[in-house]
Amino acid sequence: MDIKRRQFLKIAGLSTIAGLGAPAAFNLLLKGGPDTVSYASSGGEAEASHEAAPTGVRLGMVIDQRVFDANKGLAQKCTTACHTVHNVPNFGNKKDEIKWIFEVPFEKAFTGKSQYHKNKNLEDSSFLVLCNHCDNPPCVRACPTKATFKRKDGIVAMDYHRCIGCRFCMAACPYGMRSFNWRDPRPFIDQKTHNKEFPTRMRGVVEKCNFCVDRLARGQQPACVEACGNTGAMTFGDLNDSHSEIVKLLDNNFTIQRKPSLGTNPSVFYIV
Amino acid sequence: MYDGKYIIPGLIVFVALMTFPIWKNMGNAGIVPKPEKPVGVTKCVESAQYMRTSHMKLLDDWRDEALRDGDRTPVEVDGVKYEKSLMNGCLKCHTDKKKFCDECHVYASVKPYCWDCHYVPKETF
Repeated sequence: MDIKRRQFLKIAGLSTIAGLGAPAAFNLLLKGGPDTVSYASSGGEAEASHEAAPTGVRLGMVIDQRVFDANKGLAQKCTTACHTVHNVPNFGNKKDEIKWIFEVPFEKAFTGKSQYHKNKNLEDSSFLVLCNHCDNPPCVRACPTKATFKRKDGIVAMDYHRCIGCRFCMAACPYGMRSFNWRDPRPFIDQKTHNKEFPTRMRGVVEKCNFCVDRLARGQQPACVEACGNTGAMTFGDLNDSHSEIVKLLDNNFTIQRKPSLGTNPSVFYIV
Repeated sequence: MYDGKYIIPGLIVFVALMTFPIWKNMGNAGIVPKPEKPVGVTKCVESAQYMRTSHMKLLDDWRDEALRDGDRTPVEVDGVKYEKSLMNGCLKCHTDKKKFCDECHVYASVKPYCWDCHYVPKETF
């Protein structure tokens, strides 16, 4: 048999097209239409879980900014209480700073809100920010070692033993609520006030607010809530319990969350 | 063999020197670690044998139960409740890290990183 080059190329081209096209054509015919499922984004999942789970415990917090505005210095008291209880080091410089709960101005806490003709009251008020213990936490999805995880009661907790210090969670957290231990924190913890019942961290791990899981287990309130006393500045409780104080507050007040459009569904609410 | 009169005695001397530690400690088990047990307490959360071989496993299990499952129910032995915690459980009885933990860890040359984060009783840092 004698084939010209031109003929060979024609046959080769046609068989390639047939080989590539046939399975797709068969799939179409057999399934009766193109596959409509998109595998690409995990954003769909985020949207689906945008509403709070109706069952089970989901711990959350309401921060009443009106009380904090009326009591200057109360927010600082909360921060000190938290950082003392959890042995958070004070490096004395911004670069290495470790923060679990701290104050920021309105525009930094609520970046999505318009700043045009901002309410005058907001200008000198600062908002306490802490880990939002999101219902759909991006940090948990980013963590390669499951060092950070969501507990059944909604708390996003960390196991520092497993943290490898990759800081993916810090990149994933849209609120910037995580801090990295660039240096050994031990020498920078106040020896007079440190809490012997709670461990410190080591160099090379990420840390953040844990909603005081250890205190809750002992039947206590979180340290920041306790520091507020009976001012009502902070309320902690189960968002799914219709009789809890926190749900009554949410029912009777207009509250805002930080960056709700991201679909992380934060558990910390603010009454402004 | 050329120079056999040097090589063979040389080898003998070399082997004797290299195996000297074996000859010297023959029939001697060396210093056996004696971890100091807490005074006034006779029972741990598990048998002494289990604790000797698997205390690290127990600590890992406690950590996962307390942290991940939120199960912090104290372990009860003979009516005494022990918290599932290294600092607030184990070290409440075993108060001397040097005389208890380090005794074996140094002997076995293991370097657990517990103390990077957890406090040793009466620690000054």
